[in-house]
Amino acid sequence: MSKLGVVSWGAYIPRYRIRTEEVSRIWGDDPLRIVDMYLVDEKSVEGIDEDAVTIAVEAARRAIRRGGIDPRRIGAVYVGTESKPYAVKPISSILIDALGLTNNVFAVDMEFACKAGSDGLVAAIGLVEAGRVEYGMTVGTDTSQGEPGEHLEYSASSGGVALIVGKDGVAAELEAMYAFVSDTPDFWRREGSPYPMHGEGFTGEPAYFRHVIGAAKGLMEKYGYKPSDFTYVVFHQPNGRFPVRAASMLNIPLDKVKPGIVVTHIGNTYNASALMGFAKVLDIAKPGDKILLVPFGSGAGSNAFVFTVTDVVKDRQKAGVPTVEEMLQDKILVDYAQYLKMRKMIKLFE
Amino acid sequence: MKHESVPIYWRNIPQYYRLVAKRCKKCGTIYFPPVAKCKCGSVELEDYELPREGRLLEYTVLYQVGTDFLKQKPLVLGLVELDGGVKVSGQIVDARPERLKPGVKVEVVFRRVVVDGKHGLVMYGYKFRPVERL
Repeated sequence: MSKLGVVSWGAYIPRYRIRTEEVSRIWGDDPLRIVDMYLVDEKSVEGIDEDAVTIAVEAARRAIRRGGIDPRRIGAVYVGTESKPYAVKPISSILIDALGLTNNVFAVDMEFACKAGSDGLVAAIGLVEAGRVEYGMTVGTDTSQGEPGEHLEYSASSGGVALIVGKDGVAAELEAMYAFVSDTPDFWRREGSPYPMHGEGFTGEPAYFRHVIGAAKGLMEKYGYKPSDFTYVVFHQPNGRFPVRAASMLNIPLDKVKPGIVVTHIGNTYNASALMGFAKVLDIAKPGDKILLVPFGSGAGSNAFVFTVTDVVKDRQKAGVPTVEEMLQDKILVDYAQYLKMRKMIKLFE
Repeated sequence: MKHESVPIYWRNIPQYYRLVAKRCKKCGTIYFPPVAKCKCGSVELEDYELPREGRLLEYTVLYQVGTDFLKQKPLVLGLVELDGGVKVSGQIVDARPERLKPGVKVEVVFRRVVVDGKHGLVMYGYKFRPVERL
């Protein structure tokens, strides 16, 4: 059977950033304590004319450009987000016209907190593997919500990542995948509610760690992997501490996890969080490298994937598409008032 | 403010989203916005997607703007020469106006252009931003 896996990737981080100390200045927190708790120095902020749709389009265009793929060969588009501008009207259909796809495309927006983008990856893999489509695309995109003054605000940020799956020109071959899901009420947002609620300390052990470790361990046991098999390991990154601790629980050395950490510079981009780390690793990976990717979504669940990087990655890395590292450095700092305006959190007559 | 109607927006989606121009099959002239007939007389025109990079030729910074753009002041409007020579005007974003200058390399970006209130349509389209941070 021919190789199947990620043919191309594209990431987009808005240019604007707000520093953690600027947010803590407004809400009376000790910035040193906050940075120490979450290991987030600053986070990305979407421009006033950006949203989950525009971010998805930019990430997807970069994935298409990097792979040199004719968009008319893409037969499935999935979008994972919890920041839909419309309650009813898909982002995926906007992508079809914004990217120049044909109308014969399976398209849907998915919701599973921060994990939905990776469920789009699972769905695209299924269709490509079955031979139903030539290429499938998934996009994780968010302008994440966090109530002002509440601790989520220190990390909730904006960004997007698109992955194109296929059998022709595979840069990271899929070896295995595994799911771990349960009904765990760690974080939720009700219909019409502007900000999510979360179960404070409950978000750690029974939610993030149980599911991330459950998926990673389950995959390793089922397919016979050991931590030393992996060159890079990328976890969902709600803050800087969780992925490091997950690695420690799995006996994975820190130097395998550190290259994929982005949360310290841009915060938690929700559906793009783990995928951004994956994109950052793909930007620097060498043929033969093995990558363990473990996104997590509240509610709760994790998908674990193992990819082996192929020779094609070298061409993809030379395609002239901005790397995640370049975007981490490409920033314009804003103050809290500008941040509120850009995030459309000032109540205005419309 | 009276917005562009939903049907007109829908008809213009190829131009707004992907800068789809018309190119004359006979003489090669490119038109954006598209036209039905070339100046050479030919009516044989094909879709042509414009390049997504170019250079800023001129720009102006607006402080008096229409109601749809009141919250985005100051509004920077620029004339961009795309690779290949076609000139397109549009909004310049993600840049400090005082640091802009003609000749700056810009790229096409996909952004919100008009939002029809709290309940109406979000209309997307092209804008430009400097490739390098200014």
